[in-house]
Amino acid sequence: MAEEVNKAKKLPRHPMPEQEAKVRARNFDEVPFGYSNETAMAEASRCLRCKKPKCVEGCPVNVKIPEFVGLIADGDFIGAAHKLKETNALPAVCGRVCPQESQCESRCVLAKKGESVAIGRLERFAADYERNQGKMELPKIAPASGKKVAVIGGGPAGLTVAGDLVKLGHDVTIFEALHKTGGVLVYGIPEFRLPKAIVQAEVDYLKSLGVKIIESYVVGRIETVDELLERFDACFIGTGAGLPVFMKLEGENLNGVYSANEYLTRSNLMKAYKFPEYDTPIVKGKRVATFGGGNVAMDSSRTALRLGAEKSYIIYRRSMDEMPARDEEIHHAGEEGVEFLLLANPERLIGDEKGWLTGVECIKMELGEPDESGRRRPQPIPGSNFVVEVDTVVVAIGNGPNPLVPSTTPDLKTNRWGNIDADLETGKTSMPGVYAGGDIVTGAATVIEAMGAGKKAAVAIHEYLTS
Amino acid sequence: MNRIVAKEEFSQNPGVKMMQIEAPRIARKAKGGQFVVFRLNETGERVPLTVADTDPEKGLVTIIFQEVGKSTMALGKLEVGDCLADFIGPLGQPTHMGDYGTVLCVAGGIGIAPTHNIVKALKAHGNKVISIIGARTKDLLFWEDKMRDLSDELYVCTDDGSYGIHGLVTKVEEELLEKSRESGEIGLVIGIGPPIMMKFVCKTSEPFGVKTLVSLPTIMVDATGMCGACRVTVGGETKFVCVDGPEFDGHKVDFDEMLKRQSIYLEQEKVAVERYRHGDDCGCCDECGGNQ
Repeated sequence: MAEEVNKAKKLPRHPMPEQEAKVRARNFDEVPFGYSNETAMAEASRCLRCKKPKCVEGCPVNVKIPEFVGLIADGDFIGAAHKLKETNALPAVCGRVCPQESQCESRCVLAKKGESVAIGRLERFAADYERNQGKMELPKIAPASGKKVAVIGGGPAGLTVAGDLVKLGHDVTIFEALHKTGGVLVYGIPEFRLPKAIVQAEVDYLKSLGVKIIESYVVGRIETVDELLERFDACFIGTGAGLPVFMKLEGENLNGVYSANEYLTRSNLMKAYKFPEYDTPIVKGKRVATFGGGNVAMDSSRTALRLGAEKSYIIYRRSMDEMPARDEEIHHAGEEGVEFLLLANPERLIGDEKGWLTGVECIKMELGEPDESGRRRPQPIPGSNFVVEVDTVVVAIGNGPNPLVPSTTPDLKTNRWGNIDADLETGKTSMPGVYAGGDIVTGAATVIEAMGAGKKAAVAIHEYLTS
Repeated sequence: MNRIVAKEEFSQNPGVKMMQIEAPRIARKAKGGQFVVFRLNETGERVPLTVADTDPEKGLVTIIFQEVGKSTMALGKLEVGDCLADFIGPLGQPTHMGDYGTVLCVAGGIGIAPTHNIVKALKAHGNKVISIIGARTKDLLFWEDKMRDLSDELYVCTDDGSYGIHGLVTKVEEELLEKSRESGEIGLVIGIGPPIMMKFVCKTSEPFGVKTLVSLPTIMVDATGMCGACRVTVGGETKFVCVDGPEFDGHKVDFDEMLKRQSIYLEQEKVAVERYRHGDDCGCCDECGGNQ
């Protein structure tokens, strides 16, 4: 065994071919091409198939990682896809957007001395292989329970709840406020990182399992949760973190200043990058600054390049080490030409007399003692102000919970930030039969964490309906 | 779903049109002051329109729009029997209903449409309503009869004197507020119309100290509080029109900022209209047969 481990450690993980940086920075096509069959098998054979696989513990939905990786190594790609789907309803999505480096892959035994198995890339490979074969096998559906469940919000949490409950025989309806289902997968994450056709395929798959989807239906306005409970046996609320946070800076309402939500929604959901073929416009700035250091900031700054920006800056108040975005996203952004203005904080936005943005005044920062998040607290250096000329700003410093459902459901308890009070293990809220999960409960987090919450809620809702 | 069941043309140039849309749930739920969002087709943008009237029995929602951009022009080309890809609502907060005594409703141009639905609600709540409706010229006036039937008093103005009182709505507003100064009869003013008109309705009422509500027609995308495209400054604070509004205390609204924000996409709007008029995507252009 020890010999085998040493051998595997020495084999580097297989890189995934991708579009050349200069080329891809000007198109919206997906960046990586994915593994070939041969590369996938070679990468999968690096897995040691540990008896007590740590990687599984690192996954919020406990995907059976050694099993599916083993099936790929054996060349049974379809079998691998089915194995994935036993625990994960959206493997093609997770293979692309999960932060594997801090979850499954960080626990891989090989990571201790070398490089972990490329679990995310293999997940993506198996899911893509099955989809491209054009025959998605339908799992067994339990006999109809006669119970009806309303799922509010068609994002990662809602889709997971719906998929799990429909398989258990319940009659599930998703109510989606926007005209396309997928939540952040369709309005937030750009095409070049998650092609919308993939999301559509996952949504179609759920429909084929019997999930009903009603789009353009704004729960809270057209029908309240209390009203839904009159015609459904249980409700799941997964309405996400759809409330943009601004910085309350002077000049933040100048023309050319966007929330990341607006910038990305225009480009992704509304396809403004195809204007005028599509009707929704977007300001195609020449010099764009994005505030923030998370994945949303990376998506925004990379979108700006693809919309034709000559300069795309990330302005972040801490240093590269504290940046919350995935390494891969930071790396991709840098390769494509995004410039990082680190240890800098915007203080004021400057505009012309017609109300258009012309620049951002920043102050230089230095890192002090660690704060409650464990990251070193940035402090302004007095007198170090400087101005960056920009015509577009994207504020990507976070999102709050969308208040529409909580504010129209009087009996639903929320915390002081407006997040729904729900048990993290079951999703149970203060109202009987009402469950919640994902960003509306935890605040802005990741796709897979929302899916994990959805899985737990599905188990609890099933118990509630059958007990 | 979202089928157009009636259509009427109020004026030709600029085009002002009325449509009734089959949307039973919205018709039952929508209250005065709320709005809907429509999307024409797969490539369409999301456009907010304030509800002009509802018929909960028949399940119909009435919208009135002026053809000012590509989307409203294309909407105007649709006929009875056609369907909209999306018709979403009701959105925003309803007009707050209270016992205001007498409410003075001042409506300019296309603003007559939402005002109608609000007057209907105010009357149902037992208020006395005095309405002023006005437009640039006679052709742009509509629903005078409906407004007369609903209101306790109605004044009609045109800027060019082609019909009714010659002058701006604010002239009549000022006279009525002056008359009510002693009695304090008018407890609320509601002004709805083009932004510049609303700004002056507020300027007129301010010295009288009468609370004035305006309904703001800002740019929106999702219209559920998610994007912040519609943000305005009210009393020094940023508010989202789609969820906090669309109605705000007009004496606190930063109209100048709002007017600037309304101009963000003027260039793109021109491109879209030009392309629509002469492009090959419309197939319905009278001038070039759609093939130029």
